[in-house]
Amino acid sequence: MDGLGILAQGLGKQFDDFWAVREVHLRVPYGEVLALLGPNGAGKTTTLRMLTAVLRPTRGRAWVAGHSVRHRPQQVRAAVGVLTEQHGLYKRMTAAEYLRFFGQLYGLDEPRLSRQVDKWLRFFGLWPHRHRRVGGYSKGMRQKLALTRALLHEPRVLLLDEPTSAMDPASAYRVRAAIRELRSVERAIVVCTHNLAEAEQIADRIAILHRGRIAAVGTPEELKARLGPPEYEVVLGRPLNGALPDLPALVEITHLGPDRFRFRWTRGAGGQLNPLLLRGLLDQGWPVRALAPVPRSLEQVYLEVVGHDDA
Amino acid sequence: MTTPDARPARRAAGLAAHPRQGRARAWAALRAWLRPVLLIARREVQDQLRDWRILTPLLGLTLFFPLLANFTARRMVAYMEQFDAVLIAERLYPFLLLVVGFFPISISLVVALESFAGERERGTIEPLLAAPLSDAQLYVGKLLAVLVLPLAGSYLGLFSYAGTMMWRAGWRPDPLLLFVVWLLSTVQALVMVSGAVVVSTQATSVRGANLLASTIIIPVALLLQWESVLVFWRQFEVLWTVVAGLTVVSVLLVRMGLAHFNREGLLGRDLDLLDLGWAWRTYWRAVTGGARHPLEWYRGPVRDALRALRKPSALAAGLALAAFGLGAWWVARYPWPTLTLDAERLAALREHGMPSVAGWGPLNDLGSWRGWLGLWWHNLRAMLLLAFLSLFSFGVAGLLYLMVPFAILGGGLVLAQKVLGLGPGWYLLGFVLPHGSVEIPAILIFGGAVLRLGASLAAPARGQTLGAFWLRALGEWTRVMVGVVLPLLAVAAALEAYVSPRVAQWVLWRLMVGG
Repeated sequence: MDGLGILAQGLGKQFDDFWAVREVHLRVPYGEVLALLGPNGAGKTTTLRMLTAVLRPTRGRAWVAGHSVRHRPQQVRAAVGVLTEQHGLYKRMTAAEYLRFFGQLYGLDEPRLSRQVDKWLRFFGLWPHRHRRVGGYSKGMRQKLALTRALLHEPRVLLLDEPTSAMDPASAYRVRAAIRELRSVERAIVVCTHNLAEAEQIADRIAILHRGRIAAVGTPEELKARLGPPEYEVVLGRPLNGALPDLPALVEITHLGPDRFRFRWTRGAGGQLNPLLLRGLLDQGWPVRALAPVPRSLEQVYLEVVGHDDA
Repeated sequence: MTTPDARPARRAAGLAAHPRQGRARAWAALRAWLRPVLLIARREVQDQLRDWRILTPLLGLTLFFPLLANFTARRMVAYMEQFDAVLIAERLYPFLLLVVGFFPISISLVVALESFAGERERGTIEPLLAAPLSDAQLYVGKLLAVLVLPLAGSYLGLFSYAGTMMWRAGWRPDPLLLFVVWLLSTVQALVMVSGAVVVSTQATSVRGANLLASTIIIPVALLLQWESVLVFWRQFEVLWTVVAGLTVVSVLLVRMGLAHFNREGLLGRDLDLLDLGWAWRTYWRAVTGGARHPLEWYRGPVRDALRALRKPSALAAGLALAAFGLGAWWVARYPWPTLTLDAERLAALREHGMPSVAGWGPLNDLGSWRGWLGLWWHNLRAMLLLAFLSLFSFGVAGLLYLMVPFAILGGGLVLAQKVLGLGPGWYLLGFVLPHGSVEIPAILIFGGAVLRLGASLAAPARGQTLGAFWLRALGEWTRVMVGVVLPLLAVAAALEAYVSPRVAQWVLWRLMVGG
């Protein structure tokens, strides 16, 4: 468990006859942000709830911040900061009252509670609105307040379900920056999101959950490598008009356009042979305007893992 | 006094360092436990004080209703004075005191019903469930929160009504009456609130909780009517037993709520579907216990169920003995005339049988299959009624009523000795044992089963829903009833119809001839 904020081994959860999560294995070291992706109903929220010790796993084991979710649920809950899918704000309370209530529940003493409330309200720009009833807050402000609640006791493990879902771009940027900043202070963070670009930006590793199992896990680059050898695109100076240049035998054409084609090397070091291909084209009198790798998106990986129908 | 040097020795011996230190630690632990409880309660009370929909009726019932009750009582008394019936009208004073105390409490039902279901519906429950609180802290915090305002309203109403009645109408109530009504209002609030919180934890929505509220409203309405009768008949001392009974019920309800409090259920359940197929399958699986044929059923599930009933049945046996003794003691307190049994009387008994004594259906048919079936059906009907009562009293009412026949038997024993000079041995041999040797074990097994069925509601559900848990308990109860109690009762009824009357007549005849 040394250095691990979260360790889950074969975690599963059954509701009546339905397995919401079948078998989840996760290792999230301190200082890492893990993004948990997956289609609706894949089991993301159930996994987070098990890691928060709100749901008891049907099978498997998990330790969060060194505590077993099965045997020491209260210690797990004390060590974790959670941003739930629904904000869970009491609308008749002011932001300051709300934060003080939760801070006291988490056992913060008065001076520390005041410091933390000030710090996070200022950080998220809610300080001027601290005495307003939460019922009058916008969606984004509510999301920030809920996030503030999760951070109030400086938890070592943060579990965030859709942290930027209701925010405007500037606020979302600020939250993403906050998450990156929080990682640097030795925290393990799990972020559930549908926003693939966000996952790529903030996460060190990404896990794709599909039908209750971790279907793929790795850094964004490792996941993209699953798509096979890289593709390259050649843009020509004149239309192909049905004629195709002579290409080396190791080249496989993947896509043909009016004035361009995409290819990949079937064997060998791939891109290292590109100059050879370029020279061949020029020798055949084809003007070449560009040769570049085709960018690969996480979306492609995601669709490949979960399948287009499930996605 | 423990010296500092003595402490390590005490620790080594596994003793507490010092009783005072132990108390201090226990007190600190209690305070630490209570802290989040009070935080939750305070937040909720604050929330209620900011909701005009709660405050308006509460203020109305607290401030306006007592004055209205005061006015009504005085008008009523003035009217009745014309007919010299002041005494009747004066009974209205304590009755209205009861009502004035109860009305603000009714608000607690509304608030309590939405305590968990409402939070779930608004999505505010999850951060609370994810906070470092135990189930008990969360539950007790909520319970306290919904009690505070309605109780405060009730006390204020009682105070203002009693005060103005003393001032304006010159009413001088017995302080004990005021105290018992105050206690009654408190425990009624506790019963309603603890019941409503149980409903709220089990319902999937506020609508569902409101629909289920009838399980609280109907028994409380019946209870109120009974209390009103007691007050009008000036049976104030009986109100103390009501207070005691309600205290037990409220403790059991809190225990039941805690036992069935289920974080997963609060987050997981979405629909209130009536799934009769599922209910039947769950119940039937519990009845059969997975057995494929009757022999396997008797060897496995029925034997297991009987084994599980050892403790509750032993408790029922202990209570039966106590009831027997109590019946005997009660009858022995009074003088009874002696009666000499002569040939004429015995002939009359022979000629007319028992019906001349009781005139009750099955006894008219003693010695026939109709009598046998009648006795069996009578016992079965009584037991089903007691099982039904047990459901609303955690098994207690059923078990207590079951003790009545034992008290009668005890009384009968003393009566037979005093009136007829019949010794206890002959009494038992002639009137109890022929069919009682089978019927009494059946009753004790049944007593254990109803106690277990009722108490199952207050037992931890271990991850099951309350419905599933209860259906399983009912299935196990049915297993004992069908497999053991009903056959035993059938045998006992046969003995009672065919054998007992002959043995009784033989004993009486023997008594007459002086054998």
